[in-house]
Amino acid sequence: MSRKGFAAFALIVVLLPLALTNNYTYEVAILVGLNAIVCVGLNLLIGYAGQISLGHAGFFGLGAYGSAILAARYGWPPLAALAAAIAAVSLVAWIIGKPVLRLKGHYLAMATLGLGIIVSVVLSTEDRVTGGPDGMAVPPLALAGFVLQGEKLWYWIVAAVLLATVWLALNLIDSPRGRAWRALHGSEVAAGAIGIDPARHKLSAFVLSAALAALAGALTAHYSGFITPSKASFLHSIELVTMVVFGGMASTFGAVVGAAILTTLPQLLTMFKEYEMVMLGAVMMLTMIFMPQGLVPTLEKALAAARRKPQ
Amino acid sequence: MSAQLVQFLLAGLTLGAIYALVALGFAIIYNASHVINFAQGEFVMIGGMAATAFVDSGLPLPLAALAAVAAATLVGFLLEKLAVEPARNASVVTLIIITIGASILLRGLASLVWDKKIHSLPAFSGEAPIAIGGATLLPQTLWVLGATLVTVAALWWFFNRTLTGKAILAVSHNPLAARLMGISVRRVLLVSFGLSAALGALAGILIAPISFTSWDIGVMLGLKGFAAAILGGLGSGPGAIAGGLALGLIEALGAGYLSSAYKDVFAFVIILAALVFLPNGLAGKRAAERV
Repeated sequence: MSRKGFAAFALIVVLLPLALTNNYTYEVAILVGLNAIVCVGLNLLIGYAGQISLGHAGFFGLGAYGSAILAARYGWPPLAALAAAIAAVSLVAWIIGKPVLRLKGHYLAMATLGLGIIVSVVLSTEDRVTGGPDGMAVPPLALAGFVLQGEKLWYWIVAAVLLATVWLALNLIDSPRGRAWRALHGSEVAAGAIGIDPARHKLSAFVLSAALAALAGALTAHYSGFITPSKASFLHSIELVTMVVFGGMASTFGAVVGAAILTTLPQLLTMFKEYEMVMLGAVMMLTMIFMPQGLVPTLEKALAAARRKPQ
Repeated sequence: MSAQLVQFLLAGLTLGAIYALVALGFAIIYNASHVINFAQGEFVMIGGMAATAFVDSGLPLPLAALAAVAAATLVGFLLEKLAVEPARNASVVTLIIITIGASILLRGLASLVWDKKIHSLPAFSGEAPIAIGGATLLPQTLWVLGATLVTVAALWWFFNRTLTGKAILAVSHNPLAARLMGISVRRVLLVSFGLSAALGALAGILIAPISFTSWDIGVMLGLKGFAAAILGGLGSGPGAIAGGLALGLIEALGAGYLSSAYKDVFAFVIILAALVFLPNGLAGKRAAERV
């Protein structure tokens, strides 16, 4: 793990509040953090293990609604609800992942896409439990009788979870498991031939990324106090994958940068509300055509080339 | 057979014919380039929306339909030239993001060029229902089924009897060998994107009098067409038609007998089951991985 990189990242996260002047900027920063948690996890699956998922918003939505329903409808303490929702989503991902991860390429894309759509239709149809397309109110998180509210407090909660996630990802990537993932990405048959069980390692990346999506989903629900099925939609799945690929596949900081830019951009472009879709589509196409490696790896390469050849 | 069942079967066949046309578009592009074009559903939207816009501006229906197909074909050419060709050697994920980006872009443009309202085309030959065994049949249903049949026959002729069609098939089997035979792979790619776009637009025009059209119908139609193409085995023409009809029937029967709220889910449940139990599709061949 690159200690320098992580230290620099932690420093940015700790110093960022100096630049955040009002509640709105805090809110955007929190959204960036929550998306970054999903993207770091998703990057382990797509960027390192080489398995695509077009349905991760489904896990995000299940985590959000699971925690919200347990807390709001069954009166669970929100923290217990959050933990139970993540555990349940991990179990679901484990059960589903076993048969689905045998598929490759476009077939895997189809299967994960189908799973995501099934989740999102169920969430908006079962309105007695989920509130339907209009969404439902979610009680705030509470710790020992103290209600966790306010943008500043939430910034530090999300920052802590994000730092822990990045730290976990950076360590995992260099562990035997991470090396196994990368070997799978290179060639499944070759990885199998040197004793790596493809099914087991693909499943671990899938379950971990689903659990992180559920965690971010549950945090989002409790933070904003409201949740709608659009968070589980196909479009949201696509946004998440785009953040990962835009930032740079197989780069943990790339995933964070991708989440930061693509979460902030629509906020900056609100005056061009009508053109938002056109611009999102154009950004996706242009970056993939001209920077198929993604932003961070492309910059790293350019930097390395500049160093080798001092002008 | 009860009248209700006949009614559901007719609805399923109509829907299935549309899915089959979309799935054929997926198969043609996949064969020529191994790209899954996630913007396929937007061609359906462009077909329907452009046709209504042309009719509203005073063109007679046949001319409007022709112009709409031409417009979609042009968009297909542009998509291939501007987005897919520059990224020819990119990975599967990259190409998926590019075509999804294209679909979002096209949807956004459609909402700007036209509007976000729901539109409908007049039925091609009246709205007087025909009674069959207690069920009613709209004349438009016959148009959908008839036009799909004619299209499939024309495609068969194109791929088996014309030089361009045979060139496309050759490229799908082995691009390098095809090039050595003097076939321009770039032209084949262009033709297959244009052909797929035309098929999608045709589907959009045929269905517009029955189920209406709007700027955002492309997403679900595209995804279900993709599901149909996979169900039939990616890249197989007859498979795409069978997959489309099967999905349409399953959806209509599921919506009729089980739950209409979950009508969009049946297709995906079936495709998941099929993928888990038949990982290569109904008509697909087993592939071996090269190291």
